[in-house]
Amino acid sequence: MSMAEALQTFFAEARGLLLEMEEALLKLEDEPGDQDALNAVFRAAHTIKGSAGLFGLDGIVAFTHTAESVLDLARDGKLPVDDRLTGLFLECRDHIERLLDLATADAGLDDETRDAGAALSERLATYLGASDGDKHLPEEAVSSVERIPGSASDDNVWHISLRFARDVLQNGMDPLSFIRYLATIGDVLHVTTLPDALPPAAEMNPELCYLGFEVRLRSDADKSRIENVFEFVREGSAIRILPPGSRIQDYQRLIEDLPEDNLRLGDLLVASGAVTRRELEEALSLQSGRQARGADDAALLGNVLVSEQVVQPEVVDAALNKQKEARSRQSQESKLLRVHADKLDSLINLVGELVIAGAGLGMLAAREKDAAMVEAVSGVARLVEEIRDGAMRLRMVEIGETFNRFRRVVRDVCKETGKDIELVINGADTELDKTVVDRIGDPLTHLVRNAVDHGIESSALRAERGKPAQGTVSLNACHESGGIVIEVADDGGGLNRDKILAKARSRGLIAEGQELADADVWNLIFEPGFSTADQVSNLSGRGVGMDVVKRSIEALRGTVEIESRAGRGSIFRIRLPLSLAIIDGFLMSVADGHFVVPLDMVLECVELNGKEAANGRDYIDLRGEVLPLLRLKDHFALEGPSSRRRNVVVVHWGGRKAGLVVDELKGELQAVIKPLGQLFSGLRGLSGSTILGSGEVALVLDVPMLLEQALLHESRQLNPLQTDRMARRNVGVPA
Amino acid sequence: METRSEIDGGRGRLWLAGEMTIYEANTLQTTLMDVLDKCQNLEVDLSGVTEIDTVGVQLLLLAKREAQARGRQFRLSQHSRAVVGVFEILNLSGLFGDPLVIPSAATA
Repeated sequence: MSMAEALQTFFAEARGLLLEMEEALLKLEDEPGDQDALNAVFRAAHTIKGSAGLFGLDGIVAFTHTAESVLDLARDGKLPVDDRLTGLFLECRDHIERLLDLATADAGLDDETRDAGAALSERLATYLGASDGDKHLPEEAVSSVERIPGSASDDNVWHISLRFARDVLQNGMDPLSFIRYLATIGDVLHVTTLPDALPPAAEMNPELCYLGFEVRLRSDADKSRIENVFEFVREGSAIRILPPGSRIQDYQRLIEDLPEDNLRLGDLLVASGAVTRRELEEALSLQSGRQARGADDAALLGNVLVSEQVVQPEVVDAALNKQKEARSRQSQESKLLRVHADKLDSLINLVGELVIAGAGLGMLAAREKDAAMVEAVSGVARLVEEIRDGAMRLRMVEIGETFNRFRRVVRDVCKETGKDIELVINGADTELDKTVVDRIGDPLTHLVRNAVDHGIESSALRAERGKPAQGTVSLNACHESGGIVIEVADDGGGLNRDKILAKARSRGLIAEGQELADADVWNLIFEPGFSTADQVSNLSGRGVGMDVVKRSIEALRGTVEIESRAGRGSIFRIRLPLSLAIIDGFLMSVADGHFVVPLDMVLECVELNGKEAANGRDYIDLRGEVLPLLRLKDHFALEGPSSRRRNVVVVHWGGRKAGLVVDELKGELQAVIKPLGQLFSGLRGLSGSTILGSGEVALVLDVPMLLEQALLHESRQLNPLQTDRMARRNVGVPA
Repeated sequence: METRSEIDGGRGRLWLAGEMTIYEANTLQTTLMDVLDKCQNLEVDLSGVTEIDTVGVQLLLLAKREAQARGRQFRLSQHSRAVVGVFEILNLSGLFGDPLVIPSAATA
């Protein structure tokens, strides 16, 4: 793995850890005595610090270190966990996230972030008692440095950690001679030999090198000269050279970095602690001495002081954590596998090709009428289908993780507005495609904020209306006809119909005196620039407007609808397709063209009888229900002979129904959806194409879009004033 | 290199002489493990060792650990100058825990 890839992995992991941290903090806020949650917060901070150190992200290391020190006090019971503390740590968590964002973008620290960090560090420092009394410490430390002349406390002591490549001996080089050679460029003060990597006698190859060495070298040489000593053994070896005056973080990093996974704690301390005990103190006093002389910033000084006081526990902690990590990593590795998304995509592409090739094979077999062949092919087809489902499942993730982050949103808004609101989550285990999950987060955040901020009334108003003082916002997810439905519901005041109408009139969106059905009124809030705080106070949001919410949902080929009752609350219902790659489809033909609709959206097929076909109307009577029709031949302006017998495919999406008029029904197929080229991006009603077993191309219909068109057609034919009410009643939309 | 062992009941004594280096790696490992198998209490006399490298050190450490794992005694004695020199560089006396007597001939 290259460094750049490793860095990406670190970013991904760190974000995961921050999520865990937030969850644990929110839990801690509810139950301040929860030791597990506190440990989880600490673990997350500690791991982020350790890994950030590996990549030299010193800003993150320094800040996280301070936070960790405070957490440590809380863990030891020396600091009570209260709302103030958890609140502070939530802010710290956010700050770490900002630092991560900056690091991800490879951007430097901006002033705002730096100030925020400094302010947080200061608040953290108050918990650590880094008050005036402690500021005298560095001076004492300085004097101690000067009092031990020529000892290990001078500036030139390097720490060198050596893990040679296993085959170094076989290559004719003896680690011993390198250590001897070090003596020619400086004084070897101390060597610790680590035998921990020695395997059991039966497995040991005496010609391989298993020993590790920690060397303290006093030398005036520069780093490159020391590095050059190991030039010929660099390959395959882990050689770390810590410069003189290294800070405690460097040593912790070293401990965390040591390849001895199962190293006993004692040995770990010997490996670096025995050396470090003196070295650390001396490094620290050097550090604080330098700062006392007026260099660097105060926050760092605080860090060093803290570290100085707790040197031993910290090093012990680092070592303990290393052991724990090694153990938990082993158990986790067997369960989870980190795979690059590209690999998954290429697998799914291949499975797509396999499905197409399989369909071709099936057609050939059917034509040959060879029974054995047909049977074999159908066996293969079944397996291909299972592989397809398995491959698709790989990309599916539970939406719960996205939902959980709204606990924080709700908490924050509650704090700001002084409301008491409970967030209820249902269907957190509902799965959908990873890309969809990633992109639905922002619009959902906006909706949740709106529900909390503007939907739920103040406690006083709630009491007046006879509702429980605690408001409820619920997030629900479930599967429905090949898609997923996500609801953001609140038991607040509902949308204010009159205000919305008044605003729409003043903006000229609707004519004076024009009456609208409720659903149409609600839809007005999705108009660009519609909602502003002063005009429609119980709906406006901050940042993105509702039009952006609607656009992002439509970009995912989804729809959004609103249900609202005055005084009872509102529901925002989002419908999204589950995945975009491979679907079970239903194939039909119109004139010479082939079309596919997702099978989940097909309700039934009926024959269009001659009378209804002839009258030219765009709706039929389906068992007493008015069903709007869309004639695909006309819609796409297809040329070619129509068959005399035509069929209606009844499709549904989002609670609406319509009939597609086609010539011939061809039956089910597995369709691998290929996106249409840029050239066709303006085409409405088509969402992609697929290749049939025969090699012909079929177009995939965009059912939600077609439904809209069908309803539009229908409304044009009827009295415009009655339109919407009629259409809605007839197709059974909840108004 | 030369090896000589003397086993009397549970007690054993092993003389190692010559080079304890990578060139003798396999012989050395076999010898150490064989003798260790046969006795409860083993003393290894290093007086005749003229040269020792990482391989030698590593095998002694291995023998020590094996002995400990099986609850047996393992002791190094009569360290030659060459051995003492290496033990000092690598700071090994603590790991073995045996008294290190510097031969009278040594002037260093």
